[in-house]
Amino acid sequence: MEKFTKLSGVAAPMPLVNIDTDMIIPKQFLKTIQRSGLGKNLFDEMRYTTEGQEIPDFVLNKPAYRNAQIIVAGENFGCGSSREHAPWALLDFGIRCVISTSFADIFYNNCFKNGILPIVLPQEEVDKLMDDAQRGANAVVTVDLESQTITGPDGGTITFEVDAFRKHCLMNGLDDIGLTLEKSAAIEVFEAQAAQSRPWV
Amino acid sequence: MTGKTLYDKIWDAHLVHEAEDGTSLLYIDRHLVHEVTSPQAFEGLRMTGRKVHAPDKTIAVPDHNVPTTAGREDPANMTEDSRIQVAALDTNAKEFGIHYYPVSDIRQGIVHIVGPEQGWTLPGMTVVCGDSHTATHGAFGALAHGIGTSEVEHVLATQTLIQRKGKNMKVEITGNLLPGVTAKDITLSVIGHTGTAGGTGYVIEYCGEAIRALSMEGRMTVCNMAIEGGARAGLIAPDEKTYEYVKGRPHAPKGAQWEAALAWWKTLYSDDDAQWDKVVTIRGEDIAPVVTWGTSPEDVLPITAVVPAPEEFTGGKVDAAKRSLDYMGLKPGTRLQDVEIDTVFIGSCTNGRIEDLRAAAAILKGKKIAVKRAMVVPGSGLVRAQAEAEGLADIFKEAGFEWRLAGCSMCLAMNPDQLAPGERCAATSNRNFEGRQGRGGRTHLMSPAMAAAAAVTGRLTDVREMM
Repeated sequence: MEKFTKLSGVAAPMPLVNIDTDMIIPKQFLKTIQRSGLGKNLFDEMRYTTEGQEIPDFVLNKPAYRNAQIIVAGENFGCGSSREHAPWALLDFGIRCVISTSFADIFYNNCFKNGILPIVLPQEEVDKLMDDAQRGANAVVTVDLESQTITGPDGGTITFEVDAFRKHCLMNGLDDIGLTLEKSAAIEVFEAQAAQSRPWV
Repeated sequence: MTGKTLYDKIWDAHLVHEAEDGTSLLYIDRHLVHEVTSPQAFEGLRMTGRKVHAPDKTIAVPDHNVPTTAGREDPANMTEDSRIQVAALDTNAKEFGIHYYPVSDIRQGIVHIVGPEQGWTLPGMTVVCGDSHTATHGAFGALAHGIGTSEVEHVLATQTLIQRKGKNMKVEITGNLLPGVTAKDITLSVIGHTGTAGGTGYVIEYCGEAIRALSMEGRMTVCNMAIEGGARAGLIAPDEKTYEYVKGRPHAPKGAQWEAALAWWKTLYSDDDAQWDKVVTIRGEDIAPVVTWGTSPEDVLPITAVVPAPEEFTGGKVDAAKRSLDYMGLKPGTRLQDVEIDTVFIGSCTNGRIEDLRAAAAILKGKKIAVKRAMVVPGSGLVRAQAEAEGLADIFKEAGFEWRLAGCSMCLAMNPDQLAPGERCAATSNRNFEGRQGRGGRTHLMSPAMAAAAAVTGRLTDVREMM
């Protein structure tokens, strides 16, 4: 997993609430057996016509946002299915950070496993960043995970909360499985006890 | 010391390690696997030289991609990308030595129907699957939730999951349901009440007289859609109905182990003095047969209502409602019962069990469909066989329904069963998102009986008028 430390980039505004995983990456693109290559189909049905032509009004098709690395979104972003193809598609497009007032649990979790930082902020701060994002390519937003701050184009700074363990993993690009395998002894002890107390499992 | 909730008890029984900051390692008793969210996880094991830690606790079945028409064992009847995913699961199941129900096996079906049917899902277990509808298994008093592919790989490699404990939410449905009201109406009404983010961060325990009165099938329908309310897991405390359902299933405990299991299962309930972070109470008598009108499962209204206007909402929901109505091709003020339907889909992990087929067949008996197409997709090969033995298949076929083979089918359109743009469907599945059943397809969620009623009249229909 690629580390996440500090990111400066353009933020794309997506004020719609309940942006679900079927919108982020429609089901026909889940048939891959790889993690990469999904960026071109990110938000596919909002981004392209049925003939595959770009829809000019869609935010990521606008010149200002074609290289966006941050999305500022309406509440409950990522609701719906558990498909990790959603963060894979965001990452493959180049999005490393999503900011909203709330996220669906599974999506939120999946982001951290892929080097994407989801940030939860109060409504008024999301509104402020949404305004900044509307200003397009000249409005660079800087997200610093170390200091847990977001700096807007006008220099104003917002702080955000993030779980310490997840922050540590993200900043160091750590593999969860490797960390858990360090606790193999504890897993073995648990299994031995469970074999006695719940042998039917 | 205060009492514990059912969630607390299952959590504590599976805690391998807890760090000071609350990051916990939870042991997983059952890991269900399907073909869409697992290939990259198995590939990850291969690349790192890791093995499946507990192959005996890992069960795989292809369901999302498989066609539901005859001749599907022939790979030529699948699109190439679907064929590759199903073939990858075949290979991975063999290579890593996990339990497997291939397409050719009568026990194949939707993973969340196969698990309980085969007795893999038992009370007090932790169950995960790379699928958000894993919440279904909570009907047995199991802590069951969906995970992403990285977590699938983590569970395969370690049989544990890194978690932080969620909050406790109690959803109580008091009293009795009125005639025509089903488990689906309960679960949709709860989402209508709390919103799709109302359960985020919580594990829901459903309780109350109306929940107790439900069959195991009905309880699975309720828990299935916990995720649509934002909760990763929904639970119902086990009782005599649970034990009765589980007993004798192929992988349920037997003999002395059954007795030992039963003794523990009987301790699995929330203590009277347990602490709840949130409580929602709904009177069973207040729940009507409902349908969805929009593109979020929270867009729920009684069938007797009219399509709402965006101005009736607040905040970001105003624009979302405008977008939904435009997508759904509906005008505010239209009576829901006047909305004409093209297609009816009965099936899915929400409503593809035998009781669901019985409820639909009871409405359809001796009638004909008035829609362009209608299909029934049993949730498993065994559900299908039972429905045939009970004569339900004949009722469906005589009414004009297509009688399909088991799979996820039109619930998510990753297989040939899809809606065309603008096609309007009465569906017993769980998501009405834009494009969910096919690009441009319009989905109205409802119970199997309501879907059957819509099939007969060709419009959204109050099933109570047909009872």
